Amino acid sequence: MLELGPIFRALLRNKIGAILIAVQIAFTMAIIVNAVFIIYDRSQQTKRPSGIDEANTFYINSSGFGDDFDIKGTITRDLEAIRALPGVIDAVQINAIPISGSGWSMGLQTEAGAEHDGQGVAVYMVDEHGIKALDLELLAGENFAKSDIRWRGPAGSKWPAKVIVTEAMAKRLFPELSYSEAVGKTVYINNDEPMIITGIIDKLQAPWVGWDNLDNAMLSPEKMEFQSTRYLIRTVPGMRDQLMKTVEELLAENKSRVIDGMRSIDYVRERSYRGNTAMIKILTTVIVTLTVVTSLGIVGLASFSVNRRKKQIGIRRALGATKASILRYFMVENFLISASGVVLGAALTIALNMLLVSALSIPPLDWFYIPAGMLVLCLVGQAAVFGPAKKATEIAPATATRTV
Amino acid sequence: MFGYYVKLAFKSIKKNPLLSFLMVFAIALGIGASMTTITVNYLMSANPIPDKSEQLFYVQVDSWDPHNAFNDESGDPPNQLTWTDANSLFDAQKAVKQVVMAKSGGIVVPEDKNINPFEVSIRLSTADFFPMFDTPFLFGSGWDMAVDNKLEQVVVLTKKINDKIFGGENSVGRNVTLAGQNFKVVGVLDTWEPVPKFYDVNNGAFDEVEEVFLPFKLKETLELPSWGNVNCWKSPDGEGFKAFLRSECINFQMWVQLDNREQQSDYLMFLDNYVSEQKSLGRFPRPMNNKVSDVMTWMENQQVVEDDAKMMMWMSFMFLIVCLLNTVGLLLAKFIGKSSEIGLRRAIGASKGQVFQQHIIESATIGLLGGIAGLLLALLGLKGIESLYGDFVKNLISLDFTMAATGLLIALLSSVLAGLYPTWRACNIQPATQLKSQ
Repeated sequence: MLELGPIFRALLRNKIGAILIAVQIAFTMAIIVNAVFIIYDRSQQTKRPSGIDEANTFYINSSGFGDDFDIKGTITRDLEAIRALPGVIDAVQINAIPISGSGWSMGLQTEAGAEHDGQGVAVYMVDEHGIKALDLELLAGENFAKSDIRWRGPAGSKWPAKVIVTEAMAKRLFPELSYSEAVGKTVYINNDEPMIITGIIDKLQAPWVGWDNLDNAMLSPEKMEFQSTRYLIRTVPGMRDQLMKTVEELLAENKSRVIDGMRSIDYVRERSYRGNTAMIKILTTVIVTLTVVTSLGIVGLASFSVNRRKKQIGIRRALGATKASILRYFMVENFLISASGVVLGAALTIALNMLLVSALSIPPLDWFYIPAGMLVLCLVGQAAVFGPAKKATEIAPATATRTV
Repeated sequence: MFGYYVKLAFKSIKKNPLLSFLMVFAIALGIGASMTTITVNYLMSANPIPDKSEQLFYVQVDSWDPHNAFNDESGDPPNQLTWTDANSLFDAQKAVKQVVMAKSGGIVVPEDKNINPFEVSIRLSTADFFPMFDTPFLFGSGWDMAVDNKLEQVVVLTKKINDKIFGGENSVGRNVTLAGQNFKVVGVLDTWEPVPKFYDVNNGAFDEVEEVFLPFKLKETLELPSWGNVNCWKSPDGEGFKAFLRSECINFQMWVQLDNREQQSDYLMFLDNYVSEQKSLGRFPRPMNNKVSDVMTWMENQQVVEDDAKMMMWMSFMFLIVCLLNTVGLLLAKFIGKSSEIGLRRAIGASKGQVFQQHIIESATIGLLGGIAGLLLALLGLKGIESLYGDFVKNLISLDFTMAATGLLIALLSSVLAGLYPTWRACNIQPATQLKSQ
């Protein structure tokens, strides 16, 4: 019914054209399937929540200068003033901003001693307002009390007695316990300085979005006596932009410091994931143009082969072939070519993926991308050939009688 | 004959505008995509200091944790030095030239009250930084070696900061208040943007050069903050700035100039001796593992070329292959479509060789047109990269003459390659059969 035999034999008489299209389809498939997979992978990464109230949070840096700059007094007054502003849910002095790219990491271990391995953890130094300002949920244990908060000196290296960790971190440290059982356990920082876990929070990401331990974070109960510091401020929905201005003006009243680097967390996210966003856009462009190029190539070659076979088509029509069977001929021919193309394409796709996996940090492809890609490329081939094939059906049976 | 064939080629291109456009378009896309990614990779992996890259060496000594290597995979020593080691190695002055450095920052309070105080990034370095890295000076010069040890408070400004504080005037000899201290300006750098920023790739290989330069040893006396990556395998003994400097935390970089192999091996021997000496003092608990790497080796070791850039380059090459296959197919269609014309030319005396020449020239013409359009697309592509990635790629998106020429060459070569088979088929057209069917 599909006249596979004659179509196949006719193809063999014009191998090169068919091979060219098949190889082109194969390469196109290898690129497109890998590109789609990378796009999916990157967009999943970009969507991971940081745990904080991103839409309504911003931060601002303050750097004091001069010998007589009163660090402790300034920080205390700043925080009081910011927290008193209408529309501010809470504010906190903090050493690093989640997903911002720069921060402080330490190792926590369950047994003391340099010979034991630690789990990497991002350190956030906050006072008792930290949980509210960062929009964290306390799953177990309790928040720091005001009396737990200490001042860390400019080059201080010792650690406080209490720590709050994320659920993910608790699971890493105590894989066999439920997170609530981790409360009250002692962990060691700097090999042998003990800290007691007094609380477990739901989710808080580290500053480095490319880090394997992104969900490992801890809160350390301290304020920092640093010349340069930053405040993180959470507002009620809709008030952020307005309060950014207010807070900047408020802090700038003190002339013995420089206020700069005020950013919303939305901006931080955009900036941290800019590479991913860019990659997604670039690959999308690649997919679209490549599909267009390949389709145009198929259209071009199919038109050519239709033109070349005008006479034969005319003869077939004169001998009783219907328009539908002419259409079918070209569609089936293209399908045979595409099918061999996508088989080769499957192999190329896997090869390219293996290359990307081994040389770069790209995860291996999920298997179902391959059959899906094969199907899509076959459909693209069919769609591209439809125009020229339709044209072939217009050839009048009378053509057969003309030039012979 | 050549000119005639070019004329024929343009005639043929015009005769079949749609098909010709498709071919030029396909080549242009392939070349555009490839040139965009090649340019980014080429600039990322560029040699930032070609005249000296084989004489400048980055110094590493393994001062790390006895229980864990600094880098589990490669076994490489730490990528920075401790304060103690940076100073001892510098003070020994065993290389032709040497520089120790770090990143810091501080607040500048301009004398002019109309300019608000602002924060600057600081490169702490020693005198040899400027002659070693061939920095261009607009006014004045760097400081001399004596300044480093005498802890004189001098500063070299970048052009940008000099413009901001002194309105671009020659400020040598004037004073700047920085980090609460007075500094005398000794030099102003002209625009200097090494790509990559090879002298310190730890803090962003394509970052901008710091805004002011101060003598390294002032870090201790002025307690200047540590910017950039600080890594510690154990925490400082005791509290305070001094304790931090005496600790095993790494935040400092060192480069040495070694002019020949002998000097290199001598320097490595010196490093080994230094580490042995430190071992006897109870430091350096790991096995001896010291390294000096020249500029390009260090760039490679630090993987300055981003993975994403490499991936895009490979993909764009495959893209180019697809576009070329496309062109081969279309050329084939076109040349075979011209069978009767070729048959006629052959019948009235054109040799196979002449037909071959004619069609190769036609392919090359299409390739060149595609190449030119491709370069325009590459410019567009680079603009696109800039708008997608922002400042980070500022220095990575200029298409220079070499790249433009490479692009055209690739376009020409690949189109001739693509034209070979169709041309061969065109040459083998039998004049008789073609003439018969007319």
